[in-house]
Amino acid sequence: MNKPSLQPGSGGRFVRLAETARAAVHLSIDGAPVTALEGDTLLVALLTHGRRVRSSEFGDGTRAGFCLMGACQDCWVWDEAGHRLRACSTAVVDGMRVRTTPPASLWPVTPEVAARERGEVFR
Amino acid sequence: MTSPRVVVVGTGPAGVRAAQALVEAGVRPIVIDEGRRDGGQIYRRQPEGFTRTHATLYGSEAAKAQALHSDFDALRTQIDYRPETLAWNVTAGQLHTVHATSGETAALNFDALIVCAGATDRLMPVPGWNQAGCYSLGAAQIALKAQACAIGSRVVFMGSGPLLYLVAAQYLKAGATVEALLDTSPAMPTLNALRGLLHRPRLLLRGLALMASLRLGGVKLMHAVAPLRIDGTPDGGVSGVVVRDARGAERAFACDAVGLGWHLRAETQLADLARCEFAFEPLSRQWLPRIDDCGRSSTPGVYFAGDGARILGADGAEAAGRLAALAALHDVDHARGRSLFAAEQTALTRTLATMNGFREGLARAFRWPHEQAAALPNDAVVCRCEAVTAGELRRSVFELGSQEVNRAKAFSRVGMGRCQGRYCAHAAAEIVAAAASVPVELVGRLRGQAPVKPLLMSAQEHE
Repeated sequence: MNKPSLQPGSGGRFVRLAETARAAVHLSIDGAPVTALEGDTLLVALLTHGRRVRSSEFGDGTRAGFCLMGACQDCWVWDEAGHRLRACSTAVVDGMRVRTTPPASLWPVTPEVAARERGEVFR
Repeated sequence: MTSPRVVVVGTGPAGVRAAQALVEAGVRPIVIDEGRRDGGQIYRRQPEGFTRTHATLYGSEAAKAQALHSDFDALRTQIDYRPETLAWNVTAGQLHTVHATSGETAALNFDALIVCAGATDRLMPVPGWNQAGCYSLGAAQIALKAQACAIGSRVVFMGSGPLLYLVAAQYLKAGATVEALLDTSPAMPTLNALRGLLHRPRLLLRGLALMASLRLGGVKLMHAVAPLRIDGTPDGGVSGVVVRDARGAERAFACDAVGLGWHLRAETQLADLARCEFAFEPLSRQWLPRIDDCGRSSTPGVYFAGDGARILGADGAEAAGRLAALAALHDVDHARGRSLFAAEQTALTRTLATMNGFREGLARAFRWPHEQAAALPNDAVVCRCEAVTAGELRRSVFELGSQEVNRAKAFSRVGMGRCQGRYCAHAAAEIVAAAASVPVELVGRLRGQAPVKPLLMSAQEHE
């Protein structure tokens, strides 16, 4: 079982300081397997493994959430069916499959989604 | 008479004490909570399965947090508790709610609505604050309290207000690396500020002890700084903070996360939707619903308590919540409520007056640095949601003649993004006012709109 590293610089933005004895929960983020802990929010699962949640639709770079209390809506991600999830207030569930861009079948297709579908990096 | 229909919004200190007062009077309220668990933000409860003690989580406020949580637990069978539920609109005598995961909606008829919606951080844009790794101070605290995480491996806290020191001290104690604490307010409060702070001498001492613990912990503490920029890259996010110190020298601090906040702003959208009158509060330079000593708004049957109406802090919110609930019962002529109100009104309003004296001291000691909004460079992002710059906002004033914030919003989209103006509205008003050379109270305030937070288009209300 992979335990998330407690050390900074291991690729994650958030650093776990305590409560690391919780049971592991397995999910996938953009198709990659990720191990989180029971009681984690989706945002913590994302940011203990990576440094971003999503790219801004307005071309000013990556975003990683802002308020963590459901007020700013900066941390929207999607499930495979295209349902929007607010990562800071969604608890991880074993087997969850999360994507950080909406499925392109959703309307409207925003520029960063179109770029991703073309295999390009959106700037 | 039949029991009055009372709805409480929020389960922070104000909402819990309001619900408790109603139950004591024999009323069974509906209690709406956007969170998964009660406690609100300041006494936010960690998820089931976490093991840290109240003392670890809440420090000097542990006993109060414990009391609030256990008192709410004891109320659970006597109230209609609806967690994970958003109050998204108010119409005449009706509150409209939607459940976060099921999408189930409800239209609740009320005789009295007691709104304890709390506050969010108050933000001043800093060039570069839209980069990944910038968080509100509240966010930094929630990461620690509710998830046992630090927002980064090397954190700078910048802003002003009591939360700045509290969060930094909590990070230090939990073992995080705090690179610096940068306060835009001067080290020595003015005499007027001190006079206010002396309304609660023990709290003042606790604040001073916090500052001492930070210095002892080796945190670089700077006062009277002017934020210049947050460095970083679009892909990698934040890499440092640059400020001008009190002597005019540039100082840079390397970090991978920044916690930003200038005290609090009230969540007032439901007041707008209930058509309550607002008043400009000149000390903190923000618009708040106009309420009387007991929390009555200008709309009959609608009451406000806690930081959503007056930023009095958690202790003030407990008193205000109880008082608003009792006033509501008094107003609907509820016999037991009337006698409780008569017995407690004087003491509760006296407590609130003390809290308000302290609030004024805080507002003076940790002032909202509005001149920084006016001085923001044109290329600085004001609206994080849609990356709209100060220059675009100013263009709506200079070229399009907007001297009022709702008009400026229509032209520039500042305040129209996903956060609905929560994190840009106060700074935007200052920018518009400075550009138009009028006092900030004359440019108005962004009106709250329904839904108060984004809903799914599939949400349907049934009669």
